Amino acid sequence: MVSADDLRKRLHLVPDPEVPALSVLDLGIVRGLRMMTDGCEVDLSPTYTGCPATEVIERDVREALEELVGKGNVRIKTVLDPPWTSDWISEEGLRKLESYGIAPPPKRSSDKRSLLGISTPLNCPRCKSSQTERISAFGSTACKALHRCLDCQEPFEAFKCI
Amino acid sequence: MKWDTCDPSEQYLLHLGDDALILGHRLSEWCGHGPILEEDIALSNLALDLVGLARHYYQLAAKRIGSGMTEDRLAYWRGERDFKNHVMVEQPNGDFADTMARQFLFDAFHLLQLEAIEQSPDADLAAIARKALKETTYRAQHSSEWVVRMGDGTEESHSRISAALQRIWPFTDEFFLPAEVDRLAAERGLGPDVQSLREPWLELVREVLAKAQLSLPDMPQKLLRGKSGIHSESLGFLLSEMQGLPRAYPDAQW
Repeated sequence: MVSADDLRKRLHLVPDPEVPALSVLDLGIVRGLRMMTDGCEVDLSPTYTGCPATEVIERDVREALEELVGKGNVRIKTVLDPPWTSDWISEEGLRKLESYGIAPPPKRSSDKRSLLGISTPLNCPRCKSSQTERISAFGSTACKALHRCLDCQEPFEAFKCI
Repeated sequence: MKWDTCDPSEQYLLHLGDDALILGHRLSEWCGHGPILEEDIALSNLALDLVGLARHYYQLAAKRIGSGMTEDRLAYWRGERDFKNHVMVEQPNGDFADTMARQFLFDAFHLLQLEAIEQSPDADLAAIARKALKETTYRAQHSSEWVVRMGDGTEESHSRISAALQRIWPFTDEFFLPAEVDRLAAERGLGPDVQSLREPWLELVREVLAKAQLSLPDMPQKLLRGKSGIHSESLGFLLSEMQGLPRAYPDAQW
């Protein structure tokens, strides 16, 4: 008999297609996971609205869980509310991001309302220096921005704080 | 297929979705043409965000319309008169200053609009607004920063952004002139009374323009009716490009 715990363990092995260092559980997008008599139900929250990976993630989650409960027995519900925030990335996820070379988002999504907010510099994920600057608010994927370390001179990506 | 039979909540979803889709499509035209690499990437990201937002609205509208309606049919098979977007968002990109001036003035309005929709008793609609608000804030910071950078930059950048603001300013009045779609939405509490957004919007705009050493534009306003389906000639050209492929190959899959 498959338990919700087995499902959870399996999801630990499903990576985010664009940031494969993180699993879907690390991302904090799995909002509910239930074993039912006829299969299982998963509640997924999309991350960034324009993220093209959203549908790939849904497919990957479905395929992974079908290995346990059988084809056609995984029901996925998209949950928009409350909206996903970068604050939901797990502690482990934040550590994985940094060691992957991506500066993790600071946990302060809620105090961002001002139009001319000053962005606090992030620590360089390589040399840990706090002497960094933002090059661009947008990056190679919907979830990232571009920064540069003024000490080791390396450019680096940062997870956007939303 | 007839579109004018939709109920007020469906009409409102289409209005919101159309703003996001048309502006998103306009921004996507910058892809590969940005003034610098970082900004080229940023503009494509803005486009992606807005098209993603349009999808949320269209998916919900399609579900409510029922009878096999899909988000793609709403995006690709409606004609010009069926689109309910503000005339501002269909305006051609112009130069980078024009694009940022349009973006900044729209973002400031969009923020206030979403803050109101967040309070809507329509739970599905409120959920989309709550989600969109976070990213819209991020976009608004980006466009505000560019207005400040250009306004408070060189003589050239100052004159470019100043002229761009003058050119796009006449399109802003439409935000605050209630059309049928706004009135019906406001009556049901789905969205704000748009007239009430004018003062808070002016306040946001003044704050950023002051920091940018720019004065409030003084161009006279246009009387526009995009929200009722009466558009500028630009929308037809935009749609013919955006809708060309699915209309020529209705079975195309991607």
